[in-house]
Amino acid sequence: MSAFLWRRLAALAVTLAAASAIVFVVLEVLPGDPAAVMLGVGARPDTLAALRHEMSLDLPAALRYVLWVGRLLAGDFGKSYTYGVPVAELIADRVFVSLPLALLAMALSTALAIPLGVVSAARHGRGVDTAVMGFTQIGVAVPNFWLGLLFILLFAVKLAWLPSGGFAGWDAGLWAGVRSLLLPAVTLALPQAAILARVTRASVLETLHEDYVRTARAKGLSRAEALWGHAVRNALIPVVTIMGLQFSFLLAGTIIIENVFSLPGLGRLIFQAIAQRDLIVVKDLIVLLASSVILVNFLVDLAYAALDPRLRGGGDAP
Amino acid sequence: MRPEAMGRWAALRPALARALGSRSLVIGGAITGALVASALLSLLWTPYSATAMDIAHRLAPPTWAHPFGTDRFGRDVLSMILVGAGNSLLVALVAVGIGIGIGTPLGAMAAARRGWVDEALMRFNDFVFAFPALLSAVMITALAGPGAVNAIIAIGIFNIPVFARLTRGAALGLWRREFVLAARVAAKGPLAIQVEHILPNIAGLLIVQGTIQFALAILAEAGLSYLGLGTQPPQPSWGKMLNDAQTLIYDAPGLAIFPGIAITLSVLGLNLLGDGLRDLLDPRLRRAR
Amino acid sequence: MKNLFAAVGALVCGVLFLGPAYAAKDTLVVGMVLEPPHLDPTAGAAGAIREVVYANVFQGLTRIDRTGGVKPALAASWTVSRDKLVYTFKLHSGVKFHDGTPFDCAIVKFSYDRATAPGSVNAQKGLFEPIEKTECPDALTAVVSLKRPASNFLFNMGWGDAVMVAPNSVAGNKTNPIGTGPFKFKRWVKGDRVELERNPAYWGTAPALAAVTFRIVPDPSAAAAALMAGDLDAFPNFPAPETLSRFREDKRFTVHLGTTEGETILALNNTRKPYDDVRVRRALAYAVDRQAIITGAMAGTGVAIGSHFAPHHAAYVDLTGAYPHDPAQAKALLAQAGLASGFKAVLKLPPPAYARRGGEIIAAQLAEVGVQVELVPVEWAQWLEQVFKQSDFDMTIISHTEPMDLDIYARDKYYFNYHSDAYKALYQKYLETLDPAGQKELLGLMQRKLSEDEPNVFLFSLPKVGVWNAKVRGLWENSPTQANDVTEVHWAE
Repeated sequence: MSAFLWRRLAALAVTLAAASAIVFVVLEVLPGDPAAVMLGVGARPDTLAALRHEMSLDLPAALRYVLWVGRLLAGDFGKSYTYGVPVAELIADRVFVSLPLALLAMALSTALAIPLGVVSAARHGRGVDTAVMGFTQIGVAVPNFWLGLLFILLFAVKLAWLPSGGFAGWDAGLWAGVRSLLLPAVTLALPQAAILARVTRASVLETLHEDYVRTARAKGLSRAEALWGHAVRNALIPVVTIMGLQFSFLLAGTIIIENVFSLPGLGRLIFQAIAQRDLIVVKDLIVLLASSVILVNFLVDLAYAALDPRLRGGGDAP
Repeated sequence: MRPEAMGRWAALRPALARALGSRSLVIGGAITGALVASALLSLLWTPYSATAMDIAHRLAPPTWAHPFGTDRFGRDVLSMILVGAGNSLLVALVAVGIGIGIGTPLGAMAAARRGWVDEALMRFNDFVFAFPALLSAVMITALAGPGAVNAIIAIGIFNIPVFARLTRGAALGLWRREFVLAARVAAKGPLAIQVEHILPNIAGLLIVQGTIQFALAILAEAGLSYLGLGTQPPQPSWGKMLNDAQTLIYDAPGLAIFPGIAITLSVLGLNLLGDGLRDLLDPRLRRAR
Repeated sequence: MKNLFAAVGALVCGVLFLGPAYAAKDTLVVGMVLEPPHLDPTAGAAGAIREVVYANVFQGLTRIDRTGGVKPALAASWTVSRDKLVYTFKLHSGVKFHDGTPFDCAIVKFSYDRATAPGSVNAQKGLFEPIEKTECPDALTAVVSLKRPASNFLFNMGWGDAVMVAPNSVAGNKTNPIGTGPFKFKRWVKGDRVELERNPAYWGTAPALAAVTFRIVPDPSAAAAALMAGDLDAFPNFPAPETLSRFREDKRFTVHLGTTEGETILALNNTRKPYDDVRVRRALAYAVDRQAIITGAMAGTGVAIGSHFAPHHAAYVDLTGAYPHDPAQAKALLAQAGLASGFKAVLKLPPPAYARRGGEIIAAQLAEVGVQVELVPVEWAQWLEQVFKQSDFDMTIISHTEPMDLDIYARDKYYFNYHSDAYKALYQKYLETLDPAGQKELLGLMQRKLSEDEPNVFLFSLPKVGVWNAKVRGLWENSPTQANDVTEVHWAE
């Protein structure tokens, strides 16, 4: 087991390094003179020189990259050029919006998808199954920003049950914060739930026909017991994998949804930083977001291996 | 005709019958066909020019003259939807093309060579997956500005690992099969084996996945142009139409409804088509030569 | 038991849902489109800075009130010498900055010297140019001597760039603004909002509001939705005029159309071919249909202009008839200039809706006369760098919102590169003329000259579209200067 773990950790390190290197190359090396990009060529020479010095642009690129990664690992994200405050502070403020949003969306989508998928597999071929399949087909096809727009119209403007956007802030109370995140989370969750429900259904269907389930039935377990005790547990393995992979789609979705609902999260920050040509913030944020996806995938890999002992041999896993 | 070819024809007929019986395939095929037809039609003719403004008749409700109404500048919504279809299809086609064109050879090579090439590909896949199309579009836009080309590149990049992984997975299984072993014993070079044996057998998988990626690409393009990162005005695009419609939703709700339905319907049709194709090709795949 | 639960549930729901609604009696949530890059009005050109802090946090010797008139602020009264070169201000006593620093003449001297210093980063150095020196005969008297008479000196000292700042806090004003105003800076959640609270030690009449929050909502549809849903109380510069009909119908809101000092123009790079040819510039003016742009991009708000002057001023001359919408005439002029087959142009568009939407319409209108326009959207930072600083552009759309800014056409270096000795002479004469009649005549002559040379295509005056809760009183209807003065705002019952 530990050999497997070490290999996976090594793979993780390589992937993280590759991701950060790509971001560094694209955003700091390719533009030529990042200070000029940020300030504009018409900037005063002393301001340009000051920024170049602050960004250590006189050092060779490889060395700058190592320094940057080293500082990142130590938690020093540098200072935002436009706002003049540490990037870590900006990120910290917004993480408390984006992370709860993502978690809420995952929770909602899982809570909706797994029961739907299981029930639909159990009642395979009947009315419920067709209905669920129909709903999921549409759910996957609907663009989430459109859904968000329609929700705002209905729940915020017409019914005034929920805010139309913006974030009340956690210091206004737990419920106030959740209220601001509810519509965005539902908007994010529905398309994810559609995908998850389909995968769950397919996976449960497959396991239902496996030998060990029939053995369980033969041993006298009722249909429900066989379903929940055995089939579902094993069916969850690919589902967990998909959930992990969905994380990167969730991330992309968050960027759009934060714009639709004007939430001050990481996604909005990226847009604002780009508009303000604040390459320092853009670099740090993109690396942060990419790394979180890589980490989540890594954890999913581990979970997958933990759940299915057959996979720990490594190599052929698809 | 050679004996194997005759066998292929004979195998096709029941397949056709099955195809027409599959609901997904028929409905999906019909919708996708309508989408492609609209896009092609828009190249030759649209009821009005999709960019011609007629401010005096802005925000008109659906009438015989303008079946989908007009937008805030008086442009005909139906024409914009038709041209938008062509736009979405083009972006999706090139992006998926990039994915297949680069991803499939990569995956096939990894499956053939194994060893460190394989490991490298896996890591490459992992880290490209970390950059959803939106994130890479954001990065590219930070430097090169918004535009349809950048959207295509961003979506295309994300498609590469999808096809690489698919090809690698399928090819891995095939390398062990008897007919490949036989070919290797006959001293056929790896490239010849790839082209003659591996690729034809994964073609079905590629088509199915390609259809699904096509649908996802249309969604991604819509999202990017909604945010202003994709197709730029005056070229119409469904995503931008939805963004423009947001403040007009009280005065002209159709402006928000028609593009949304267009996107949903296109993606739905393509997904159904992909599902149908998968059902159709699956049993055939199992009986691969 | 069930009844008890229901009662408690109802009570909880009531408190949660109704609670916030009753808290809005002395607080105000104001929406704004652009986030200020920082909060020091004496160190930046962005109007958003003044929209948060002018009159609320910072004050000058004089202030500009809602009608555009000059009123006393930190200066209780003043006298002007006979030769109009010496201004003596009597300052209010007992005034303190928010950090306790006392306000006196030394502060006035510091503020004005800082603005005129060689390395000054004040965006409107021109306002202080006539000042020769500032002296302090005693702590509550400031004597400002000018090099030459300046008829609008008191008005200029009311601008946001001329507010009073204290030496010990000035360095931190960008993120922690310390002024003398009725509101103190509380907090700035970057990207989201700026919070101000009442200054308990204010030297003047206490404001009715206890706290004001400026929420940044750049997206027009989000702005409309936020107002509708009650998340915002007011949006003084509302970016979605196409939704006004809904707000007019809704009894909860009032819609206020007012004026700003903004002239929205299609700026042309006068030193680039073919824009250096006056026939081409006039052709573009004929090709553009101003009314269509006002209808299509501004939902009918805004008034067409024919020169760089705001219609609500007394000295305005209506020159909109000089270049009516006439595509045939446009093509004829282009042919005369040797461009019968048209030409290509790049139109750079900054973020505001008037630019992005207006740009789409203009592109279509110019296409009709053979000018192929490529639309390039740019962010503010890029616009400032490429268009404003480097003059790297063909055409752009922008609104100049500073009051009485005819001087930009007399400058030697300004981004659209218009150089006219005749105009400069007119402007110089205007600066030296002190009687109102003479000034009015010269203003008229300058407007006509600009219309004749058409360095830019003058489109329309930027309207102030304000939508706020019907119970809110005291917000400005017009924008004689960039500001959201909330000092007189209160909730009616």
